[in-house]
Amino acid sequence: MSTTASDPRTGLGEDEGRAAFDALIAADGRVEPRDWMPEDYRRTLVRQMSQHAHSEIIGMQPEANWITRAPSLKRKAILMAKVQDEAGHGLYLYSATETLGVPRDELVEQLISGKAKYSSIFNYPTKQWADVGAIGWLVDGAAIMNQVPLCRASYAPYGRAMVRICKEESFHQRQGFEILLALANGTEEQKAMAQDAVNRFYAPALMMFGPPDDDSPNSQQSMAWNIKRFSNDDLRQRFVGMIAEQVKVLGLTLPDPELRFDEESGRWEYGELDWDEFMAVIKGNGPCNAQRLQRRREAQEDGAWVREAAAAYAAKQQQRREQEVA
Amino acid sequence: MSTNGTGAGTEDKHLWPLWEVFVRSSRGLSHVHAGSLHAPDAEMAVRNARDLYTRRNEGVSLWVVRSDDIIASDPQDKETFFESPKGKDYRHATYYTASEGVAHL
Repeated sequence: MSTTASDPRTGLGEDEGRAAFDALIAADGRVEPRDWMPEDYRRTLVRQMSQHAHSEIIGMQPEANWITRAPSLKRKAILMAKVQDEAGHGLYLYSATETLGVPRDELVEQLISGKAKYSSIFNYPTKQWADVGAIGWLVDGAAIMNQVPLCRASYAPYGRAMVRICKEESFHQRQGFEILLALANGTEEQKAMAQDAVNRFYAPALMMFGPPDDDSPNSQQSMAWNIKRFSNDDLRQRFVGMIAEQVKVLGLTLPDPELRFDEESGRWEYGELDWDEFMAVIKGNGPCNAQRLQRRREAQEDGAWVREAAAAYAAKQQQRREQEVA
Repeated sequence: MSTNGTGAGTEDKHLWPLWEVFVRSSRGLSHVHAGSLHAPDAEMAVRNARDLYTRRNEGVSLWVVRSDDIIASDPQDKETFFESPKGKDYRHATYYTASEGVAHL
């Protein structure tokens, strides 16, 4: 019998709970919300899943920036659908995070207070239309590479949310590629726009996989828990291999002079990334960090009266129903 | 902190309560749990569920239910609450082997 105090959520003691959890992970099983889990597993998940949710929500901004200036009604409708999807993805992930016992308000508060982190990529500006294409192709492409293995994450609600997200995400990548392909086959000026966008988004997209493995302290534990299935560098390597081939179809180039196919290893070698820049952007000093958070905060504040009015209406209706019954 | 049957915190300070969403993907199939969302009342919950969980014709019918109203079995009851399959193999067709080779049986 365990001598430690039992967990109020599961009624299990530390020893019993840990044994059941370890056995489940060893068997590559799935952990459900009310199972016993170590506190650091729960904390790691809350951090990773909420950061992921915040990234989807903040990620709406750089693209929404071009909705009013999309070059055709078709592109505009597509972009609106994509931005709406990002909102949906954020909500799936917040909903999954809530199953770990953290209320939604708290998660939202962590984002708008600047306490929470989100993917560094969304702190780069979208300067011209082709950037929307580069985001779809490179940023959503990197996201898919990262997210497909997360469909098998040991925490079941996370995996289930990722399955839904990945299904929707492939449209995002293809529409981005199509935007770039159209521009690359257009006028010289349009082709230059496409190349400029790829030049600016290439390195930040590669950094989306996180710091190099030697420098990623949480990775090993996450892999031991079957949350992460592949290391940052492994995923990055696969991604480079994929886009190095795809860029040929576009007739564009990737802005890395050291990029080359190594016959011996059978893989694409790429140049060192600027990790100082990555850390600076993560810490809040990227080109758009302040603007993104301010916009998010304003949206939250501007919507406050709507949320309050809807809650007041619901309370009044409820009261009326109760009076009718009485 | 106390949590409800779905693992989420029980509500005390939420402005909008949490609802669980169930989607029937096509006629003839059961509603299946899709996820959750916050909404002030049932009507808004159904509308939000449509926007959030059926953007690509994923459903022909929706159910929403207050998350706090879900009554769940105890996750640790696997052995005691749910009947042990041990010793009750006779409830499965595969238990009966004498009829092997007999057509349509």
